[in-house]
Amino acid sequence: MSHYSVWSVLREGLRGQTGWERAWRDPEPKPEYDVVIIGGGGHGLATAYYLAKNHGITNVAVVEKGWLGGGNTGRNTTIVRSNYSQPSSTQFYEHSLKLWENLSHDLNYNVMFSQRGQLGLFHNPAGRDAAAKRANTMMACGIEASLLSRDEVMNMVPHLDYSENARFPILGAMLQKRAGTARHDAVAWGFARGADNYGVDILQQTEVTGILREGGMVTGVETTKGTIRAKKVGVAVAGSTGHVMRMAGIDRLPIESHKLQAFVSEPLKPLLDCVIGYGAPGAHFYISQSDKGGMVFGGDLDFYNSYAQRGNLPIVQDVAECAMAILPCLGRVKLLRHWAGIMDMSMDGTHIMTKTPVDKLYLNAGWCYGGFKATPASGWHFADLIANDRPDNLTAAFSLDRFERGLTIDEKGMGPTPKLH
Amino acid sequence: MIRIKCPFCGIRDHSEFSYGGDATVEYPPLDASTEAWNEAVYQRANPRGPHREYWHHLNGCRSWLIVERDTLTHEVGTVEFAHPGLSEALK
Ligand SMILES: Cc1cc2nc3c(=O)[nH]c(=O)nc-3n(C[C@H](O)[C@H](O)[C@H](O)COP(=O)(O)OP(=O)(O)OC[C@H]3O[C@@H](n4cnc5c(N)ncnc54)[C@H](O)[C@@H]3O)c2cc1C
Ligand SMILES: [Zn+2]
Repeated sequence: MSHYSVWSVLREGLRGQTGWERAWRDPEPKPEYDVVIIGGGGHGLATAYYLAKNHGITNVAVVEKGWLGGGNTGRNTTIVRSNYSQPSSTQFYEHSLKLWENLSHDLNYNVMFSQRGQLGLFHNPAGRDAAAKRANTMMACGIEASLLSRDEVMNMVPHLDYSENARFPILGAMLQKRAGTARHDAVAWGFARGADNYGVDILQQTEVTGILREGGMVTGVETTKGTIRAKKVGVAVAGSTGHVMRMAGIDRLPIESHKLQAFVSEPLKPLLDCVIGYGAPGAHFYISQSDKGGMVFGGDLDFYNSYAQRGNLPIVQDVAECAMAILPCLGRVKLLRHWAGIMDMSMDGTHIMTKTPVDKLYLNAGWCYGGFKATPASGWHFADLIANDRPDNLTAAFSLDRFERGLTIDEKGMGPTPKLH
Repeated sequence: MIRIKCPFCGIRDHSEFSYGGDATVEYPPLDASTEAWNEAVYQRANPRGPHREYWHHLNGCRSWLIVERDTLTHEVGTVEFAHPGLSEALK
């Protein structure tokens, strides 16, 4: 693999961009691997990368039914933050944020991580209390957070609706300065290139159709390109978790598949230099501006179980209303595209990273609205779980049996209703 | 828009309804084991394909319905009142 640097850019500029090599190979599957990862989204690719980098396990394949990042990784609104209020999540996401901060260097691939800050607006005293509690939890975990007054928010983002007519007046916001956005495709590609460089085989257009087992232990996978044997198998297929785990005889899980839409407008001149979350009662909306100028935003789920990667119209209206409520200047802006991804919504709103009832089969799922920001830490800790066949300190809380044991991690206190997390 | 044929109101947009989740879940008696309660409260089949599910006609007649819907194609099959006696009573 050639190293990317300012010199390679200059050199290729001079020789007409003719010397770039492909970023990863396109190999045929080998008959057997030490580890097979199902799912070539950010999480699967990061897992392969850290298996090789941290544990020296390089006889690994990532099996992807479509193209890399064609799942939620390439469909999300790319917000990265670590402002959670349950300590186990806070620490996990903070580890992730720390990995993000050095990811482009580590991968030698620009993932365009931009720490532009995230403002979580609040609109009533209860919202302020919740923001203060969250900021306190973060600070107790050693993560910087601050509460801004209405005036300070006005200073930072002068063009929000501060008028008399605002349906929910902006009282202030919680700011996490180190939060931001990253380029989703680049994250998948960077991890793919990094993993390939260690010898990992990335098998695209290869769908897993069966999970092979002998005597309660996993022995490989059946794919559209034939049987691949494996000593260990990790599953990181997001919204397809139920479908894929059924292949291993695991018929019921604390997860429902729902779809979430995202939206992008036509490109605009620079308008918004931070990420904004709008938390008025009953509303759920987040917006940022991409490097190409498009306003990237999203809201709630479509609110019914679905495996269809396409969104429905009522949410388009909801999201447009929220956009108008805080940024009325967007009223004449045209929507360019909208799409949906299948979300693995868990019963308590927190992810699951765990061993399973099938020996040497591991599950990484349940990321709900927030798995993009988790990508590096998810790969890091899932690789550790697979390599050592036991969860590390940070991962133990995210086990599959936490539901039965009454140890759910319910960030919003919503109870066992996946669509509400 | 998904369109659901409410047996009382006729064909309506799904935005009039509120989704109530998997209708195959059966809650065990109060003194059942933790395992049985774990199954009912937390574990779901989450099928890719036909799904029996509750919808509440919240902005209509307010009845709870059991709808058969495909989670991949969104095609709606049978729709019936969740309350077993209601269809009879309305005849
Ligand atoms: C609209 C939207 C907005 C979001 N916004 C944010 C956000 O702002 N911030 C944030 O942190 N998170 C966000 N998320 C969540 C985040 O995108 C996901 O949690 C995360 O990207 C999941 O990564 P993954 O690698 O687990 O899954 P995916 O990227 O979905 O990868 C799973 C892969 O598995 C493959 N697969 C499935 N079945 C099989 C099979 N049988 N054989 C082989 N391969 C298979 C799929 O093709 C897919 O490529 C958002 C999600 C959506 C949909
Ligand atoms: Zn009705």
